[in-house]
Amino acid sequence: MTNGYHIVVCGSVVPDPLQTLEPVSTPTGPALKNEMMLPAVLDPWAAHALYEAANLASKVAGSKVWLVSVGPKAKLQQVMMTIAQRVSFELVPVDASASGFADSHSTAALLAEAIQSIPGLDRARLLVFGGWESASRGAGATMQLVGERLGILDQFQGVDQLRVLDDAQPDGSFEVLERIEGGRHQVSVCAGPPALLGWATGNLPEPRNNPQIGMANMRTVMPALQKAKSLPLPAGGLHFLSASPPKQQRQTRVVKDLSPAQIAQEIAEWIGK
Amino acid sequence: MASTATPVKPELLRTLPSDGVRQIQWRFADRYDLQMLVQSARAVARGPVARLVAAGGRNSHDWTPAKAELLEAFDKSGITAVFMEPEHGGFIAGPKNLALALVAFELAWVDGGAATGSLAGCLALAPIHERGTVEQQTRYMQLAAPPQPGEDRKPWRGAFCLTEPIPYVGVDTGMLNGKLRIAEWKEGAEPILQVEKRGRFITNIGFANFVTAAVDSGDERIKGSCMVILEEGDPGTFDRGTPTRKLVHQLSSTGDPIFNLRIPASRIVGGYDVKDGVIVPRHSHSEVIEAVFRRTRVTVGVMTAAKLLSAVEPVIRYQRGRFRGAETATPGSVRYELGLQAREDTLHRLVDVWATGEAGAALGFTAARVFDELDPLEREADKILGARGVTSAKARAKLQREAAERAANLLRLPAGHPNKAQLESDPLLRFVLLDSLADVLCPATKLWNTGWGAQMMREAVSLMGGYGITEDCPGFLGNKWMDAQLEATYEGPEAVQRRQLSITMTNPLFRAQFQTWIKEMRGIASDRPGTGACALATAMGMWLWTLERLQVSTDADGGRLYQSARQGVTFPLADALCWLLAARCQILDTIELEKRGADDPAVAEGLPGLVNFMSDLCHVQSARASGEVSRICAELVFGHNRHPAWDEPGYRGCYQQDELDSLEGIIPGIGSYGLDVIGNDGSHPKKAGPCAKCNGAEQFLSLQTKLSTCLTGCRLSKDRAAEAISKLMIPEALDYPA
Ligand SMILES: Cc1cc2nc3c(=O)[nH]c(=O)nc-3n(C[C@H](O)[C@H](O)[C@H](O)COP(=O)(O)OP(=O)(O)OC[C@H]3O[C@@H](n4cnc5c(N)ncnc54)[C@H](O)[C@@H]3O)c2cc1C
Repeated sequence: MTNGYHIVVCGSVVPDPLQTLEPVSTPTGPALKNEMMLPAVLDPWAAHALYEAANLASKVAGSKVWLVSVGPKAKLQQVMMTIAQRVSFELVPVDASASGFADSHSTAALLAEAIQSIPGLDRARLLVFGGWESASRGAGATMQLVGERLGILDQFQGVDQLRVLDDAQPDGSFEVLERIEGGRHQVSVCAGPPALLGWATGNLPEPRNNPQIGMANMRTVMPALQKAKSLPLPAGGLHFLSASPPKQQRQTRVVKDLSPAQIAQEIAEWIGK
Repeated sequence: MASTATPVKPELLRTLPSDGVRQIQWRFADRYDLQMLVQSARAVARGPVARLVAAGGRNSHDWTPAKAELLEAFDKSGITAVFMEPEHGGFIAGPKNLALALVAFELAWVDGGAATGSLAGCLALAPIHERGTVEQQTRYMQLAAPPQPGEDRKPWRGAFCLTEPIPYVGVDTGMLNGKLRIAEWKEGAEPILQVEKRGRFITNIGFANFVTAAVDSGDERIKGSCMVILEEGDPGTFDRGTPTRKLVHQLSSTGDPIFNLRIPASRIVGGYDVKDGVIVPRHSHSEVIEAVFRRTRVTVGVMTAAKLLSAVEPVIRYQRGRFRGAETATPGSVRYELGLQAREDTLHRLVDVWATGEAGAALGFTAARVFDELDPLEREADKILGARGVTSAKARAKLQREAAERAANLLRLPAGHPNKAQLESDPLLRFVLLDSLADVLCPATKLWNTGWGAQMMREAVSLMGGYGITEDCPGFLGNKWMDAQLEATYEGPEAVQRRQLSITMTNPLFRAQFQTWIKEMRGIASDRPGTGACALATAMGMWLWTLERLQVSTDADGGRLYQSARQGVTFPLADALCWLLAARCQILDTIELEKRGADDPAVAEGLPGLVNFMSDLCHVQSARASGEVSRICAELVFGHNRHPAWDEPGYRGCYQQDELDSLEGIIPGIGSYGLDVIGNDGSHPKKAGPCAKCNGAEQFLSLQTKLSTCLTGCRLSKDRAAEAISKLMIPEALDYPA
């Protein structure tokens, strides 16, 4: 890998998880009450992917990071004020709905199209990153569909680690740790790009804030947002019969001197009721 | 905007105001550098700062390692570098008043002491920034700039040392005891100076590496006072003293240091000249501190406003959840859903807190923006005056006076007059115009935001019941209340601000602008009756009338009323002005929101409800402001006359019963008017004396009557705002720990 990777991260905004998220029905289907007005954050899964991408790019000389975001422009802009100060990237925004009720097929179509239109992107160096699921939809399907549309066969989901194998004579190959049952990882070796990785949490901390990086990023982020194409999500044929938030139940009992096993036993019984 | 005349059900506020809303109101929607700054300051405030407060970090007077970690968090997030120019390691080019105000807002949202710690570093650098030599600026800015990634360097921290142990410098900054003497002056070499200075309540002293200190000459070979820069390694005593046992802002370091140091004369801020063997500092200490405080006081005012606005969410959550969990409060019941918000008073008081916060923020950010505009103009004016060969302070003042007169005359021309364009195009005119505004807005922000803000912070605390005054109160409201008292005190307590206002508010150029604002408010009222702009315009007219009247009036003993020794006259009038300024800024911010909100789709969605709500808050606030002005002005206009008594002169203005009886034949029913009548036996009605006459203040009385009727509708606005608060959607939890 003499020239470094071209890492494209797919990620968009989700409502700030502290907000009250109340489904409402609208003429175009379900939505969240006041969603446009609520503060948003970068989808946490995608954020992990972005930080891993930046970390990889900093280790493999010549690499470059793009962030492809399908979301309402105004919301993307607000979120950029935080994210752009953390790592260097070029933003490729598509002004369209980022609703959790959007069909993942439709979102994937826009993402794949946006990736294909990135000037100078080299498929032979391409790594597509994203969250293995999202905090809004949680379908876990979008990244797979993006990969399929781009014809990328090497796909990894629930990734926690990517390690470039041969630093001395890099050929682009890398080792991937994917989550499997029982809190364990499956280790695979990928011969090199193109590949797609849907990230779980990774193991990097949130990068520290750096206003200088922010100022540098903004020189390209703001014009990109201004030029972002406003698109409707292509019809995907998805219909919702009903939408409701998960019911919360709380039963509190103060106990002392119970062993962890006894506590686990009791919780299991309670769930089974 | 909400119209009090139309009975249609208006749209209500749906969520708490978003960042997008604030960016429009406070005019930084097109400044991504500032938007990023807000996010990074917020992350520090609601992260490490909040965690430290929640962990009890405020419970010690000492400078602890945990508190020191906050400084690193400031460095890493960019907060420290805000003050610096890009060439010195900063990232924001141009004036930084608004930027610093936004940082203070975010930090004070969680903890005032954290904001103070960050600001005090800027305060230490400010004398150097404002009046230092190029060499001084380069040295200290670079030393204080946080290290870049990969750079291994500890940034220098600074403290600003003006206040001295009693009986010296406090409110009156002229009584300097700190002394500067010549220790050694070799032929052709830089003089070496001996500095003796003791400080009282000096922020950042627990860790400062350098100190900018105010000193007076203690040597006939040094002329007057100046500020000097002291460094930790200078030969002599650099004693940080013991920490102040303060009850507030405990995340900042404060102490009473003692310095006795030898420093080169090049440490005199702004440099010096040698004339006839005497060192003449280029800037006196008072000149430097005026330039410094003029800017930094605005940020302090913004802090208190932030705290009021930060109280809204925790109070709403507390009110709504107050009865949940009780057997009688089942989901769906009024008790469960609304909690305390089913009671009108709880909502109305929260409306008051919120409105005050909005008004304070509006005033503070307006002031910060004025300084941002003023900074480059000041330099341009300097250049213009320099090019005209004006060097002495006296000649400069004369030229500025002339420009101010010209500007005031232009302002008085009718709207649309072609000559008025000069006010925009001529930099000198623009400078004097803004300068006169800044002279008023800065002390007004410091005075009103902190003073009245402290009162309203108490109100917020009381809305949380007993919880409010515990350490567990979400949003740390009890701390914020106490802290507000320090904000009202340091960097010049209220008396200092009132004193300054009592001079600057009489500046004819300011008054000419104030006149145009009265018209402006009436114009706004005609398009947007729901903002309370009309009542405000009337109150503004009343204030101006009162000022002009007091300037030419005397009290019952013939003493002049409006003069510096009569603080009982000038100070309340200064207070009254602040109410008006804050309410005006709040209205202007709301109009900006209405105009620009639609450009941002994230703001546009709930815009009608948001604008209605903000207008209602304006109405509430302008009604309150008008009431305060009316109360203060009435006291001042009538309060210095002696009330007529039941004595000879008093009787002269009364009817005698006989007299009235005989008049009854000519004017039937005259006796039924509430006249003062002296009985034939000399008895008089049971009251203080014959009713006082208005002595030429008829116009005042008609303004007061008008003002009372101008309040029509203000309570409807309050009811609407209250309803909105009861229905507004808030997050599930506060975004910082308690
Ligand atoms: C926590 C804290 C941090 C501080 N940080 C700093 C710092 O970093 N650097 C620094 O130099 N100072 C600092 N100070 C000092 C602060 O600025 C002074 O305390 C303040 O200016 C008031 O001075 P004083 O306490 O001497 O009050 P005084 O001068 O004694 O005034 C007390 C009161 O008397 C009245 N009064 C006094 N003079 C007048 C007058 N002329 N007209 C009308 N009324 C008057 C007013 O009501 C006034 O509030 C700090 C103070 C505190 C508490």
